[in-house]
Amino acid sequence: MTDQTAQAPVAASQGLQSLVDDWSTDQETFKQVHWGKAMMWIFLLSDTFIFSCFLTSYMTVRSSTTIPWPNPSEVFALTIAGQHIPLILIAIMTFILISSSGTMALAVNYGYRRDRRTTALLMFATALFGVTFVSMQGFEWTKLILEGVRPWQNPWGAPQFGSCFFMITGFHGLHVSIGVIYLTTIAIKVLKGDFERKGNYEVVEIAGLYWHFVDLVWVFIFAFFYLW
Amino acid sequence: MAHESVEAEHALAPAGDHNAAHGQQHPLGIYFAIWGLLFVLSTFSYLVDYFHFVGFTRWTLILAFMWLKAGLIVAVFMHMRWERLALIYAILIPPLLLGVLVALMSIEADYTFWTRVIFFGLIKGTPGPG
Repeated sequence: MTDQTAQAPVAASQGLQSLVDDWSTDQETFKQVHWGKAMMWIFLLSDTFIFSCFLTSYMTVRSSTTIPWPNPSEVFALTIAGQHIPLILIAIMTFILISSSGTMALAVNYGYRRDRRTTALLMFATALFGVTFVSMQGFEWTKLILEGVRPWQNPWGAPQFGSCFFMITGFHGLHVSIGVIYLTTIAIKVLKGDFERKGNYEVVEIAGLYWHFVDLVWVFIFAFFYLW
Repeated sequence: MAHESVEAEHALAPAGDHNAAHGQQHPLGIYFAIWGLLFVLSTFSYLVDYFHFVGFTRWTLILAFMWLKAGLIVAVFMHMRWERLALIYAILIPPLLLGVLVALMSIEADYTFWTRVIFFGLIKGTPGPG
């Protein structure tokens, strides 16, 4: 904690000159950045482009169709205890994913404190939130498929709704599922003390980057697909 | 000045792994604060739908809450605000190019839409659920 003040001037208050310096040295560009972290960021950048392609295609088909788009607010409504609540399932899923991001951020912090037990527990909690999220997505998919939504048709309007829905949420769900496996693996390794030898807990932060990215993508899907 | 600090920190930071243990370490409070803020912003996003805001108000609110949430996640949870400028620029500048793709596809979608309207006529939609 004490080194935060020492670290701040190095990382935060550097000018454009240091940017040029970093990029023009014939050494590593991302100085003081763990190579795995730089690689994860670059992977996430490429993933950003993939998700952007999906969302842009969705924008294109939605704004070029002459048939009205199904109203997501109604499509994803649930009747709970006799109350008809619009979009409630998606709202709950959003809160679950945010909570998982919260526990993951704490896990990274405890990792650097070398508190292995707490780190692993928080990572397992994160993975559990992830499993809950995917299960709710499974419920959502089942409900929509039973109601007759297919990639090429649906009972409510523009047929492209189905293909966009399955591609975008499916690809995101796949990311969550992979993240659950990834986090569980790292958590077990933390618990076993595999990172003690090198004292290198950046591995937890790198796994965290992936998980926060999954949450980040959901922010955009929630805004563009479910709310728009 | 900037040059000196870069050399100074380079001297401080050999490639040794012992340095890695002091990576991104910040007070826990900030994570709880951001966690809470994300909950509040998500609630606001949901309320935009719940209270049936439409048109320009709806889009503005959705986009505002979306960017705020995305910014908080990237800046604090992903520690971007504490990273070096070289990494920040390398990661955050390229996605701006997507604006070109979105703009092009938006023009294309508009063209397709009017082509359909003019040559195929407007097709009446089926009523929504509920």
